[in-house]
Amino acid sequence: MKVCMFHLMPYRDLPADFAQRYKSAYIDPLWFDVADPEKVSQYYNWTLDEFVYAARAGMHGLCTNQHHQNVYGFMANPSLMGSVLAKLTNGQNVAIIQLGSTLPSTSPPTRIAEEYALIDCISGGRLVAGFPTGLPTDATISNAVVPVEQRERYREALELVLKAWRAKEIFAWNGKHYQLPMVNLWPRPMQQPHPPIWIPGSGSATTVEFVVDRDDCFCHLSYYGAKNAHSLGDYFWETVEKRGRDANPYRLGFLQLIGVSETDAKAQEYAPHVEYFFHKLLYTPSYYQAIPGYQDYPSMLRAMKAPLRERFDVRDLRYKDFIERGFLIAGSPKTVRDQLLEGVKRLRIGHLLALLHFGSMPHELCLKNIDLFCREVLPDLQDLWDDQWEDRWWPERLRAKRPAAAAVAAG
Amino acid sequence: MAEVRRVRLWQGKIDTEVEVAGSGPPLVFLHGPWGLPPNRGFLDLLARTHTVFAPKHPGTSRGDPEAVHQIDDWWDLMVYYGELWDCLDLAAPAVIGHSFGGMLACEIAASRAARVSRLVLIDPVGLWRDDLPVKNWMIMPENERRRALFADPDGEAAKRFFSVPSDPDARVEVQAGLIWAQACTGKFVWPIPDKGLKKRIHRIATPTLILWGRADGVIPPVYAEEFARRIANSRVALIDAAGHVPHLEQVEHVGRLVRDFLGP
Repeated sequence: MKVCMFHLMPYRDLPADFAQRYKSAYIDPLWFDVADPEKVSQYYNWTLDEFVYAARAGMHGLCTNQHHQNVYGFMANPSLMGSVLAKLTNGQNVAIIQLGSTLPSTSPPTRIAEEYALIDCISGGRLVAGFPTGLPTDATISNAVVPVEQRERYREALELVLKAWRAKEIFAWNGKHYQLPMVNLWPRPMQQPHPPIWIPGSGSATTVEFVVDRDDCFCHLSYYGAKNAHSLGDYFWETVEKRGRDANPYRLGFLQLIGVSETDAKAQEYAPHVEYFFHKLLYTPSYYQAIPGYQDYPSMLRAMKAPLRERFDVRDLRYKDFIERGFLIAGSPKTVRDQLLEGVKRLRIGHLLALLHFGSMPHELCLKNIDLFCREVLPDLQDLWDDQWEDRWWPERLRAKRPAAAAVAAG
Repeated sequence: MAEVRRVRLWQGKIDTEVEVAGSGPPLVFLHGPWGLPPNRGFLDLLARTHTVFAPKHPGTSRGDPEAVHQIDDWWDLMVYYGELWDCLDLAAPAVIGHSFGGMLACEIAASRAARVSRLVLIDPVGLWRDDLPVKNWMIMPENERRRALFADPDGEAAKRFFSVPSDPDARVEVQAGLIWAQACTGKFVWPIPDKGLKKRIHRIATPTLILWGRADGVIPPVYAEEFARRIANSRVALIDAAGHVPHLEQVEHVGRLVRDFLGP
């Protein structure tokens, strides 16, 4: 399997009374009340350093993402981060995973086709092209996308990007949402016909079906842990079977919060940071999440009848609950290893997206987490599936078997 | 009891349900962002003197939610309503529009003056003042929405509006209908319900009655004057003890004002 470092780039030092002052981590927090620009400058640099450290320590890929107007994660343009990472990791066996730019919010979307192609060129063909639809607030509030049009804009934009990457001749695009008179993209991706495509989703049945039909990799970006993703996982693999696709585990990516310490007891050091993550960063009220039209009609009905993701009030939970419920897998290397293996096998996860930085976690603790994870946990995960399955959703020039991970981290 | 007529329009791509009731001169009711209200009391009242046609906005008729993707802008919408008028054999009906439906009624009256005999606007959207922005009803917290829509958020009208059936399947249908109606109407006003009506509104020549709930928490009642000063032949009546849906909260009073305005 492949294990990739995921990072949200959150605000790490929110005031203690943040949750009382603001009803939401999105949209409402005021920059001049909350943010210290000196700190934010530091966060962006720490984030890049943490990624680079993870690459040297043996992680297989680095995942950036796009969010707007919030304290939860504000890599407003992931291509900016990804291009820096591409340069800083040149010559290393690590994928640059843009997970990624949100198509419906970018007009025209050929802009993303160009940025991704550019990153692929800088990285020497190590790009994974992620195409999220975007969170409701990001798309509809921060970028004014009409909610009921978000999905159809997304689909048209994706088609346009793929055609722009592949077309041998200049073409005109006469779509419903985008019209371009002469498309002739410069540059094109090094990877031909195009980089591997990953499509993240948070539980929408329509997205699952769309991704399986397209034969792309689906990444379930749940923050509730493998333990709480059984129904979505089962639905995914049932869909794969129904649509006549093979059971290749690399079809599925999954995000998991992970904290590794020397012992289970020592893992308490992650307690304040995971509570900060769920209580302050993740909290977004339903009126910002369930904007009418954001879900298409069939998905909305399905979610109302039988939600694929269970709903909790995360503010009621504490560290021990997060551990018990599996939101966070934390403890000694052995504990983490055992729980991860159980989770990834149960869900048949090929791409594990490890959230090794979460919440208020300081830089040093994040480096320690990466270091312990890569030395003590990763070696026991990375051979999984490879005796039977090939990762068809990985940059071709990185597919060769790697030497044992980790050694570098210590150095 | 209303008859539900189902018509197929737009090159066979949109099914539209129209509730038809009563007898007398024709009157069209254009619903707001939440679809036709669960309480049809106001429409029943109008049906005593008029033949009331209450069409459902594209995408909100039963069994055809995807129709929302067939109409993409205000120009489409105007041509679609022209087709609907023709299909229902409506030469020049009186038109009542609530909220989003009020904006729609204004656009129809501005672009096709001869096809509207009288115009009633109930808390319409469509104009914008930076100093008094219209609240975005699609992202309102539940408790705030109750207070924005109703002067008495705990009154009978509010209870009726927000009540859901106890049967799980029926409940899903009602809740989904309410959300989807906002999605389908919101398509034409997102993210700000100012789509250029201010440039066209002077073309409304029809006698117009503007009704506004004094406690409207979505659009402040001063907007009544904004509409009135742009529509030559108009007058305003503010409704006490009513929010954004005065025709539900003060059914009798609003019904009487409308009947008096429309005449027999």
